[in-house]
Parts: sequence; C-alpha cells; structure tokens
Amino acid sequence: MTIDSSRKDVSIVLCGEAGQGIQTVETILFKAIKKSGYNVFSTKEYMSRVRGGENSTEIRVSSKRVFSYVDRIDILLSLSKGAVSHLKNRITSDTLIMGDEMHLKSLSDDEYDLLQIPLFEMAKEMGGAIFSNVIAAGVIACILKVPKTIFESIIREIFLRKGEEIVKKDTDAGMKGYEIGKELVDSGRIDIDIEKNPDILEELLLDGTEAVGLGCIAGGCKFMASYPMTPSTPLQVFIAANSENFDIVFEQAEDEIAAINMAIGGFYAGARSMVATSGSGFALMEEAVGLSGMIETPVVVYIGQRPGPAVGLPTRTSQEDLNLALYSGPGEFPRIIFAPGNFEDAFYLSQKAFNLADHYQTPVFILSDQYFADIFYNQPKFDLDGLEVEKHIIKTNSDYKRYEITSNGISPRGIPGFGDGLVVIDSDEHDEEGHLTEDLDIRTEMVDKRLRKLKEIEMEAVAPELVGNSEYNTLIIGWGSTYGPIKEALDNLNKDDTSFLYYKQLYPLHNSTLKSLNKAEKTIIFENNAQGQFADFIRLKTGVKIDKKVLKYNGMPFSVEEVEKNLKEFWRDK
Amino acid sequence: MDPKLFDVDGADIAWCPGCGDFSILKTIKETLAEMEISPQELVFVSGIGQAGKLPHYIKANVFNGLHGRSLPASTAIKAVNPELIVINVSGDGCTYGEGGNHFIHNIRRNPDITNIVHNNMVYGLTKGQASPTSQRDFNTPLQIEGVALEPFNPLAIAIALNASFVARAFSGDPKEMKEILKKSINHKGYALIDIFQPCVTFNKVNTFQWFKNNTYYLDESHDPYNREEAFKRSIETGKYPLGIFYINNDNKTFNESLTSYKTDQSPLYQRDLNMDRLKKLIASKI
Repeated sequence: MTIDSSRKDVSIVLCGEAGQGIQTVETILFKAIKKSGYNVFSTKEYMSRVRGGENSTEIRVSSKRVFSYVDRIDILLSLSKGAVSHLKNRITSDTLIMGDEMHLKSLSDDEYDLLQIPLFEMAKEMGGAIFSNVIAAGVIACILKVPKTIFESIIREIFLRKGEEIVKKDTDAGMKGYEIGKELVDSGRIDIDIEKNPDILEELLLDGTEAVGLGCIAGGCKFMASYPMTPSTPLQVFIAANSENFDIVFEQAEDEIAAINMAIGGFYAGARSMVATSGSGFALMEEAVGLSGMIETPVVVYIGQRPGPAVGLPTRTSQEDLNLALYSGPGEFPRIIFAPGNFEDAFYLSQKAFNLADHYQTPVFILSDQYFADIFYNQPKFDLDGLEVEKHIIKTNSDYKRYEITSNGISPRGIPGFGDGLVVIDSDEHDEEGHLTEDLDIRTEMVDKRLRKLKEIEMEAVAPELVGNSEYNTLIIGWGSTYGPIKEALDNLNKDDTSFLYYKQLYPLHNSTLKSLNKAEKTIIFENNAQGQFADFIRLKTGVKIDKKVLKYNGMPFSVEEVEKNLKEFWRDK
Repeated sequence: MDPKLFDVDGADIAWCPGCGDFSILKTIKETLAEMEISPQELVFVSGIGQAGKLPHYIKANVFNGLHGRSLPASTAIKAVNPELIVINVSGDGCTYGEGGNHFIHNIRRNPDITNIVHNNMVYGLTKGQASPTSQRDFNTPLQIEGVALEPFNPLAIAIALNASFVARAFSGDPKEMKEILKKSINHKGYALIDIFQPCVTFNKVNTFQWFKNNTYYLDESHDPYNREEAFKRSIETGKYPLGIFYINNDNKTFNESLTSYKTDQSPLYQRDLNMDRLKKLIASKI
C-alpha cells in the first residue's frame, strides 16, 4: 500500500508499554519534524501506571496547521505485543503497522498491512534493546523526509547530557533507521509528500500546559502552592522550574486545602498567587474559594479536568468540572471562568486571569483538561506588546478601610506593610474596616457591594469567537479543548451555512449569546461530559435549549472524524 | 511604646467575663509595645473560634481566615513578604483539630512565624464540646460518656518533628508569658507557644485553680537544646511543665530555602516581571 499523499497529512501513532521509552521517540520525532519546517501536532493517551499497560502517542505531520486528534492511523509503530489490539478500533486496512517481528508475528498478513523490521536484533548488535526506539525514530524520520542533519542535531540535543558515547551510539542507531526508511521509500511502498513552510522554523513548539504556564508568568504570577494531581502536575512542574528566574515562590503543600489557603495568603500580602489541581483536589479547595470571595482577596485556580467522580480515570480527559467551578464555595460572590481551546487563548487568557483577579479581587478559574494540557503543536510566537502586569495595589493611608463601599463595588486593595494603613480582612461578614460584624444592614450592603463587581465583570467578558460566516443556519457550540476538532471538522466539511461559536469565557456568559443562538435555525453542542453542563448553563441564562447535545465521556477527546460524522448526521436529520 | 497603641477603638469583645483570653490579649499588646513593633509591620493571622477573634481586638494587619487554615496563610504571607512579622493565633480546636495536618507540616516547613495557641481543652464558640486536648473522661453534651480519646499532645508532636521553638505558658501568669512571647517572636523559625487558659463557661474541670495546681515551671537545669530531654518533659502528665521546652536552631527557615531570596530579600510585591527573561523563555520553545 502507499499512504494517500494527496491528503498532505499523515497520522503516525507510536504505541508501547509505559516505561519503554516511547516518549523519547516522540520527543525526537516532533522536534525533528518541526525543525524540518512541517506543521506538527501530537497527543497522547496513557494509563495510570508507571510500567506496563499500553500507551500511545499520535503525531500528525501536515501541510496545513493542525491542532486536533484524529482517529485515523496511517502508520502505527508497534513497540509492544498488545499495541495492535489496544488500537484495534482505529486500525484499518490502510494502516501500515510497523514493528519488530516479535510483536507482529501473531498477526495475519491477510488482515493487516504489516511491515516487520528486526528492530531488537539490530538494537542488540548496537549495544542494547533500548536503541530500538531510536532506530524506529530514524525509519519514521526518513520516510517523512526529515533531513539527516536535522535528525542528528536533535539526537545530540536530547542525549548530550548522557555523554558523547551515548550520542554516537544513538546517532548510529538513528542512521540505521534511515537506511531502512530509504529502502521503503525507494521501493515505492511509502510515499509521503508534505509541504514544508520555512516560517514554521521560527514558531514555538510547546504543549497546552506550557502555553498556560507562560501566560501565568506573563500575568505576574509570584506564588504557587499545589498538591500533585494528574493532569495539573505538569503546570506545577513548569512553574517550579521557572520559579528562580521569575521571583516565584513555589511550594508543594501538604494537601489542596493548605495549597489554596497559602495562595490566598500570598495574594493578601501582595504576590499574585495561584493553585493548580484537578477535580477531586479542587473539591477540597472549595471552602477557600468562598474565602476568596468573602475577603475579596483573589486567587487564580487552574483546574486540569479529568473524568470523575472521585478518582475517576486519572489519566484521561473530560469537561466535567464546569459545574464544580461554577458553583464552588458557599454563599454568593463573583467569579470568572476561562476555558481556553487553543494555545493563543491559553497564553493570553492566563495572563489576563491575573490582571482580572487583581482588579476584581475575586477567584478566577482557568479550566483545562488532560487532552489540552498534553497536546503539542507548532504555534506562532506570542506577541508581548501591550501585555502588562497591571498595578492594582494601593499604598494605604492611616485611615485606610479595606472594604470601603464604592459605586462599582471595588474597594482599593492595600497590602500589609505598604503605607500607613492597616489591612484587616475577615472571613466573617465584616464592616468597611474589615472587622467582623453581625449588623444585618451592613451585611446587606456588603453582599451588594461584592455582587456589584459582577456587573463590571460581565461588561468585560471575553466574547465567544465565531468561526465561519456571520450568517448561518446551523450553529455549533463548543468550549475549551473541543475547539480543535470542531474547527478542523468544519474546515474539512466546507459547509457555508454552518458556523462554530467557540466559548473561551464560560462565566459570566457573554451577553451576545442569546442573539447568536436566535440567529440559528438549528444548534448543536459538543461537550466531554455526560449531561451537557454548558448547554444547561446556556439554557439557564438565555432560556434557549440547544437542539442537539453530542456528549462524550469515555475519557477520550473528540476526534475530527467523530465531529464530522455527528455534524453530517445532524444536517441530514434536520 | 505604649501598649494602648494596639487598642482597637470601640472593639466589641465577644469573650465571657473572666476568660483567660483577656490576659493573653493584654500580654500580647504589652509584649509588642516593649519590643517596639509597629502595627504596620505586624500581621495577625487567625482561624475560627474564640481565640481566632483576638486579632480583631489588636490594632494590626489582620488575616482572619478559615477554621483550621491559618497556618498555610501565615506561611505564605511571610514567604512573599519577609519584612512582615507574622503572628498566628488561634485555639486548640482550630490549630490541632481542624488544622492538624497543617500544624504537622508547618513544623516541618519551619516558616519564621510565631504560633500562639490558646489551649483551654474545650470548644468555646460551639458551646462546650470536646477539643483535641480535652482530657480523658471529660463530659460534654456530645461526649456523654466522657472523652475516650487520648489527648493531643502538641508539644510532644512538635519536638518529635524537631520543631524550631516549643514552649508552654499559662494565661494566669502574664509575666512569664511575656518573657516566652518575646523569645518566640525574636526566634528565627517556627515558634509554638501553647498557652493554658481556663474557659470559665464550658470547662468546669480545668479551671484557673486547676491549672495553677497542676503546672510548674521548668527550672534552669532543663537544657532546651536537648531534644530527648525536652521530649521527656513534654509527655509528663499529672503536673504539666511550663516554659521553653525545646529550641532547635539547626534547620533552615522556609524562606531561607526559597530561591527567590537567594540574593534579594525584598518583598515579592516590589519585584516586577522580568520581560527579557520571559522573552527568552518563550524563545526557548522555538
């Protein structure tokens, strides 16, 4: 068989056991691919274990920009016995399955397109089974037309810390792979023709976590306390790794409750502070979300969603915690919820989260999920012009009142040790000075003051982005990480009368929502949860019931094909 | 300085007449005045309970947060602004019960803060239930057969975790309390001062007189740098020792372990985002 080169888009899946070094192959390949000037995207799915199981990474190489998961597998590199059965639902007769004889021998040639390479034998000759990964990477790099020099430079970059000898062995292994790849290409069995774009060389290659993390740093984050929990841990690692360079204090707290109370304490004393967690961890933080609302001391909360309830599926993806974020904490107070769906929004909204938190003195959420946190793709550089860490802290006078009643509800925020005033905050209902009170009139005034801020926040809400024509019959709704597959599916289907409204701020809901919905004859929403939480919220706020909810909650993201299929059915049925 | 400087005009104090808290409040004000600490550089952090209200009666910066969660807030406040003097004050229920996990880990973390714990062996604000430090057989409306749990021993736990400064005072002896408070505030690192105090309304067992009869001061023969000896004294019952049990100056404070203070001691709010470094970090992803 030959890969359909007219598509200008190839999907390669690497599959093996945890601890086998797939990640090395993945890192070599996507760096080499990007450096060669190709658009690249990768996504991984993995089990919650350190060894064994079956984990896979999809790498897409494409002539156009791609940033979403596809079901299709053009080439499968099988590094374990169980790989084919693990991916059987996605393998077709067009899938070229590449791997060592040891792993493929039980498979029938009639059923599968198999390419057996003596990876382990060659690797053993070169000094150990571990080199099989790099040989495989070499095969793939060669058939993708990655220049040898680039491949070599990436090998050097990745293995240099292990010493020259290892670099040489890995380079030899990679070149061995190149020879095999060349035979395949020369024989005509594989013909991949992806267009290069030199601009890509200047682009960034990062994952969703890093896009958020860079945004947090750009937003002036100075303190993070957190407790490790998949899939939020990588953001904790990113902030910790950059703490020294950016004057950030990072602390691994004893639990999530401590983490968020620390973050609020940090913000109180003048450092923009955040926590990163996932559903169950956030559930522990809920009480302190109320504290933040009550004492008007902000906190930025990053929630990497995964399927629940409770421990759920630790390493899978979901959009199940919108309601949790939306209704967390006792009592009534303003909040802001962002859900970026692409890296640009992840960066700019995370940056903005800190300015808004500081300005409105209330909790701000960044909702992400395992899929979004772990995807990689090439992204034009973020433009820092105009980005500013706004200064909202005031120097206090001796008559300073922390909770001065103001027309917009925002009381100028002082911090201890800056000025002659004293900064008194209380989790009880309090008076303007911050001392606890049980005066019921003051209580009413204070609730009103806090909720007046919500009016301001509503006016500043980030509008949803309309992808497609401004006139439409069918409107697709999505939020957060479904952006990629919905956008790509819509691009592929080329349907002029259908547009996609992508929400990146979920709360407060932008006031254009009702109008946008009313313009459509039919509406459809895609969500990675079982109840259609955002659809329900839209109905609550606008009275409009979205016609069709497409809900996926098995822990995997929507694929482009899945969105296409559902859209076709929706058009046909209406 | 005049301790009156720390008075809050018109404070409506919610404590019962005769409560041990009054003596602690007065002694803290005197201590601060004698140490010439200004209200502006001082942050009182508390949780919930009768003791947790104390910061409202002292002129200072105040962070009165959630039940049991004051220590994490204290740690962070000191971590982002080392120039502040942070005093965490709450009761035995808040600190040892609801906040038990934070109590343990903050000893390990060793922030340079002072932790005053009002210990009256009973819950006051919720009206008379057992606290973690209630003694066995203590009867309450919830522990109707008497408390069956082993009393929480904060000093033994702190010494077991190699805490930086561990002391116990008695609200009925303001003079000694003041000396201990001064030493604890001056101490670099986490300082625990558990203060015995009577609850005149809900604890009819551990009264002022009971504490007077059942406590004694560690004398000069006690070496506070000897951990084993300190531990031995901390588990004494019958008559409870008062004074400074243990001092450990060997461990780094939390701030001393933070990279942000390697070369620069300024508070974090004074430090701007380094745009060049951000540009470099972004460029490193190319």
